[in-house]
Amino acid sequence: MSEFKPILTEHIKDDDCHSLSFYKKAGGYTALKLALKMKPEDVIEEVKSSNLRGRGGAGFSAGLKWTFIPKDTAKPKYLINNADESEPGTFKDRLLINKAPHQMLEGMIIASYAINCNTAFIYIRGEFYKEYQQLKKTITEAYEANLLGKGILGSDYNLDVVIHRGAGAYICGEETGLIESLEGKRGWPRLKPPFPAIEGYLRCPTIVNNVETLSCVPHIINRGAEWFKSIGPEKGPGPRLFCVSGRVNNPGVFEEEMGISLEDLIFKRAGGIPDGKKLKAVFPGGSSSAILTADEAMDVKMDFDDLVAKKSMLGSAGVIVMDETVNMVQACLNIARFYAHESCGQCTPCREGTMWLVKILQRLVAGEGKDTDIDMLLEITDNIGGLIDFSKGSFGKTICPFGEAVAWPVRSFVEKFETEFRSCIHEKLVLA
Amino acid sequence: MNSKSIAKEKFVFKDMVKVENILSNYPDKKSATLPLLHLAQSQDGYITTGAINTIADLLDYHPAIVMDCVSFYTMLYTKAQGKYKVQICQTLSCSLNGADALVDHMQNKCGIKAGETTPDEKYTLMKVECLGSCGTAPVVQINNDYHEGLSIEKFDALLENLE
Repeated sequence: MSEFKPILTEHIKDDDCHSLSFYKKAGGYTALKLALKMKPEDVIEEVKSSNLRGRGGAGFSAGLKWTFIPKDTAKPKYLINNADESEPGTFKDRLLINKAPHQMLEGMIIASYAINCNTAFIYIRGEFYKEYQQLKKTITEAYEANLLGKGILGSDYNLDVVIHRGAGAYICGEETGLIESLEGKRGWPRLKPPFPAIEGYLRCPTIVNNVETLSCVPHIINRGAEWFKSIGPEKGPGPRLFCVSGRVNNPGVFEEEMGISLEDLIFKRAGGIPDGKKLKAVFPGGSSSAILTADEAMDVKMDFDDLVAKKSMLGSAGVIVMDETVNMVQACLNIARFYAHESCGQCTPCREGTMWLVKILQRLVAGEGKDTDIDMLLEITDNIGGLIDFSKGSFGKTICPFGEAVAWPVRSFVEKFETEFRSCIHEKLVLA
Repeated sequence: MNSKSIAKEKFVFKDMVKVENILSNYPDKKSATLPLLHLAQSQDGYITTGAINTIADLLDYHPAIVMDCVSFYTMLYTKAQGKYKVQICQTLSCSLNGADALVDHMQNKCGIKAGETTPDEKYTLMKVECLGSCGTAPVVQINNDYHEGLSIEKFDALLENLE
């Protein structure tokens, strides 16, 4: 096991860790002071060269995203902190909001300063009511301490932060769906390009970053890009909050160096599987990632590139563990039902396809399947989300990546456990 | 159709200061749609036709556009709900840790199916998708509060203790 010492969650066991006074005592807001003395473009350069990649799921370079903001426009710029955490298996942003809200806010203020934005939003999922109340306190504390508002800490920089509650829609975690929702509409994603950095909120340049991504920013400013790059793999470095849930003895959020082995994560950090059962399959990066079989899972590092090489993805780093007692058809149905419920309905392949996946999986579970159902499942996933073979690059059948997000996991279930799927075509499942 | 039936249903926000504060938060007032809907729902327990009309007037929208928004979000209701909305997460990590048994328990105890409200309007049972608390599965949200790591016994005691 590595000697990694938590960075983002260092203080979360302290009772008072959410307060401004505690955060300041622990060195909080020194990065903001440093950043306000830097040129905005130097802040962007520092974050860009740290190779910080987005923690929400897509893994895009945060600093590079910031450079896309046009400099020659009179339009206002906006920053949106994406706190719409909804990916099944993911529960880390909620922890950061509850336990380290000022760390996140400091990252927001620095990011806003870097892109020359004077109004920033926190889009928090509607269900997180306690977290919303916490954020209101945090923002009030920040205004009172001149960390927000006019002339922040004696500089000539102004920033207001508005908390905006969602109302129950997974798709609003997708950045363009989020922007539509913030504008007061249903959360229907937009075609890209134009990307939000060019045309986002109110058609103005907008950056959308995840809670955990922004929480890394103060540490990068304080300790430098080189330090950040030294943690884990250089192309996608840094601390990472891994969430482990499902059939494990000790589920939870584990902050580790990027690149920890999935085996260590499941069997050491999360305490292994209850009752001495065997591992069967794992979602490595939230329910949108292709599942790994037990053999594959024992041979993978939790970083961006190694998981792509295994034809899955790190995504939101939400690990869901399934043991030998879990029926794969049943688990696949559970996930397909989630996507059918959450499909925004804008694109026909996704709206109709997810519904058909559920219908077919339901009849398989009921022992009323047809011999053609396995091929049908594969055909539907291809219709919604293209081929799973990344090298063929057959994506883009829907406006947003939700199509791939349902196609990849469902297809991986069927392909990796085809025998199990075939065996239940004519036989009703007897569930444990 | 007589004139009475097409007259607009009335709704008045009780706290206009809150409404003004919400509107002042945004560079474009249409962005206030969701916060105003949340506020209206906190007043009546659900979104009435009157509330849709009032919000549409405030934001220069056609009411159909506001209704379109309401219909998209699972947390916005267009009908009265029970005093306690018992929302049981049924997505994978909760399902693997006993969420289905919680649904069965409540169905048996209260005699209602998912989506239904008890005759005394005390409980509404809802099966919901991932609440983002998979590490403490199974999780149930009752109104605004999360209840985590529930066994059937704990869940039962929780329901019993609701006034």
